[in-house]
Amino acid sequence: MSFKHLIGTLALGAAIAFPAMAENDPAVETRQGQFKLFIHNFGVMGAMAQGRIDYDAEMAQTAADNLFHVTRHDQSRLWPEGTDSMSIDGTRARPAIWDNLDDFAAKFGALQDATEALQGAAGDGLEAMQAAFGRTAGACQACHEVYREEAS
Amino acid sequence: MHRFLLGFAALGIIAAGTAWALSAPRPLDEAQITDLQGDPQAGRTIFLAAGCSSCHRAPARDSDPLILSGGRSFASDFGTFHAPNISTHPDHGIGNWSQAEFINAVMRGISPQGAHYYPAFPYTSYIRAEPQDIADLYAYMMTLPSDATPSLPHDLDFPFTIRRTLGLWKTLFLRDDWAVTGPLTPQEERGRYLAEALAHCGECHTPRNLLGGLTRAEWHRGAPNPSGTGRIPAIAGPGFDWTEFDVSAYLSSGLTPEFDVVGGTMADVVGNLRQLDKADLDAIAAYILRAAREGD
Ligand code: HEC
Ligand code: HEC
Ligand code: HEC
Repeated sequence: MSFKHLIGTLALGAAIAFPAMAENDPAVETRQGQFKLFIHNFGVMGAMAQGRIDYDAEMAQTAADNLFHVTRHDQSRLWPEGTDSMSIDGTRARPAIWDNLDDFAAKFGALQDATEALQGAAGDGLEAMQAAFGRTAGACQACHEVYREEAS
Repeated sequence: MHRFLLGFAALGIIAAGTAWALSAPRPLDEAQITDLQGDPQAGRTIFLAAGCSSCHRAPARDSDPLILSGGRSFASDFGTFHAPNISTHPDHGIGNWSQAEFINAVMRGISPQGAHYYPAFPYTSYIRAEPQDIADLYAYMMTLPSDATPSLPHDLDFPFTIRRTLGLWKTLFLRDDWAVTGPLTPQEERGRYLAEALAHCGECHTPRNLLGGLTRAEWHRGAPNPSGTGRIPAIAGPGFDWTEFDVSAYLSSGLTPEFDVVGGTMADVVGNLRQLDKADLDAIAAYILRAAREGD
C-alpha cells in the first residue's frame, strides 16, 4: 500500500471514528518524537561534518544505520487529517501537507533515498560522509521549507 | 467668529501643506551617485547578501534565483504585496532604468516617476548601504536574464493605496543610522554592515509598532510572523544562547546547534548567504552576538 493511500484511509477513519480526539491527537507527539530520533543520529554526523567533533568511522556508521532505519518507520498512523497547525495547537505541520499528500510522500521518499546513500558512505572517510550528509540535509530542508511552520 | 474660522482654516492649510511637504520624495544627492562605476563581480556579493532574489524570483520554491520575474506575495497588516518584475526586460522589468534611478529606488524607496515605494521593499535597510555597492549591484543585475512576466498589482486596503501617505511614514520611520552602536571591533562593524544595510535580519526578527515601524528597543527579540501564523524566533536576549560558531554554521548550512534543519523564509536567507565567504558569515555572527547582548 502506498504511503499516500495509507495516510488517506487512516485519516478518513480517524475523522469519522474519533472526531473529538482531534484536540490531543497522540500521533502529533509521536511524529515529533520520530523527528527527535532523526536528529539524535543525524546530529552525530553533523557534528563531525562541521568539525565540532572528530570524525569516527564507526560512530558515523552506527548513526547512519540508525537514521536509515528510523526513516523507514511506517508513517501511516502519524499524519491523521485534522492534525495540522490551523486545526490544533502544538504542531508545526502545515495544512498544505494534506492538500499535497503525493508531494509530501515524495519528499519523504527523497529523504529515504538520501539516507540510503548516507548509510553507504558514512564509514568511508570524512569527505565521503560530508557529501552524503549534505544531500540528506537538503532532503530535510526541501520538506521543511514547504510543509513545516516556521520556528518560534 | 468669522476671523476665528478663517484662522482655523488657515491653520488647516498650513498643516496639510506641511504634511504635503514632509511627504515629498527626497532622492539622493545627484553628485553622490552620477559618477559611480559599477563592478558586476562585486555586485554579485551584494545581490546575495541583500537577498533580492528571495522576494523577486518566481513564486515556485524551485524557481531559478537569477530570473527576477516577480510574483511572490507578502501578507501584512495593510494588505498583500506582490514583488514586481525586476529582470532586465525593457517593458516589464527594469532594463531601461539608469543607475541613478536604480540607486534611488533601492536606497530611498523612490520610483523613477518620483513615487514612494512601500517599505515591504526593505529600502529601510538598504538606505545604510554604500552607494558604490549599489552601483556594483546595478552592474551585476544588468547582466541577469530578461523575463516578460507582467508585475501584479498589490492588494491593499484604503488609505494604504495612496502612495503619497508613505512620505509621512518615511519621515517617521526611515532612518539611516545603525541600530547597534557603541564600540565595535572591525569584524563586528563588517558584520553590522552586512546585516543592517544588506541582509536585513532586523526586518524579520524585530517586532514592529502599530504603524509598521521597527521597535529598536527590542532589536532581534523575535516578532509575530506577518503571514499570520507563529512567531519569528528571537536571536537576541536572555533565551538566545547560540555561539558565534553556531550562527555562522547555521548561515552556511541551515543546521541549528541541535541539528534541526532550517525551513520557511529563513531557508532563502541561508540559500543566499551560504554562497558568501566564510569570513563574511563569521562577521555577521560576531555582530549577531554583539547585538544579542544589547540591553542586557
Ligand atoms: C516529508 C517532510 C519532512 C522531511 C523529509 C523531514 N521533515 Fe522534519 N518535520 C516535518 C514536519 C511536517 C514537522 C512538524 C511536525 C509537527 O510539529 O507535527 C517536522 C518537524 C521536525 C523537527 C521538530 C520535532 C519536534 O520536536 O517538534 C525536527 C527536529 C525535524 N523535523 C528534523 C528533521 C530532520 C533532521 C530531517 C532529515 C533527516 C527531517 N526533519 C526531514 C517534515 C519533514
Ligand atoms: C525573511 C525573513 C528573515 C530574514 C531576512 C532573516 N531571518 Fe532568520 N529566521 C527567519 C525565520 C522565519 C526563522 C525560523 C526558521 C525555521 O522555521 O526553521 C529564522 C531563524 C533564524 C535563526 C534560528 C533561530 C532558532 O532559534 O532556531 C537564526 C540564528 C537566524 N534566523 C538568524 C538570522 C540572521 C543572522 C539574519 C540576517 C543575516 C536573518 N536571520 C534574516 C526569518 C528571517
Ligand atoms: C522582502 C522582500 C523584498 C526584498 C528582499 C527586495 N525587494 Fe524589491 N520590492 C519588493 C516589493 C514588495 C516591491 C514593490 C514596492 C512597491 O510597489 O511600492 C519591490 C520593488 C522593487 C523595485 C521597484 C520596481 C518597479 O517596477 O518599480 C526595485 C527596482 C526593486 N524592488 C529592487 C530590489 C533589489 C535590487 C533588491 C535587493 C537589493 C530588492 N528589491 C529586495 C520586495 C522586496
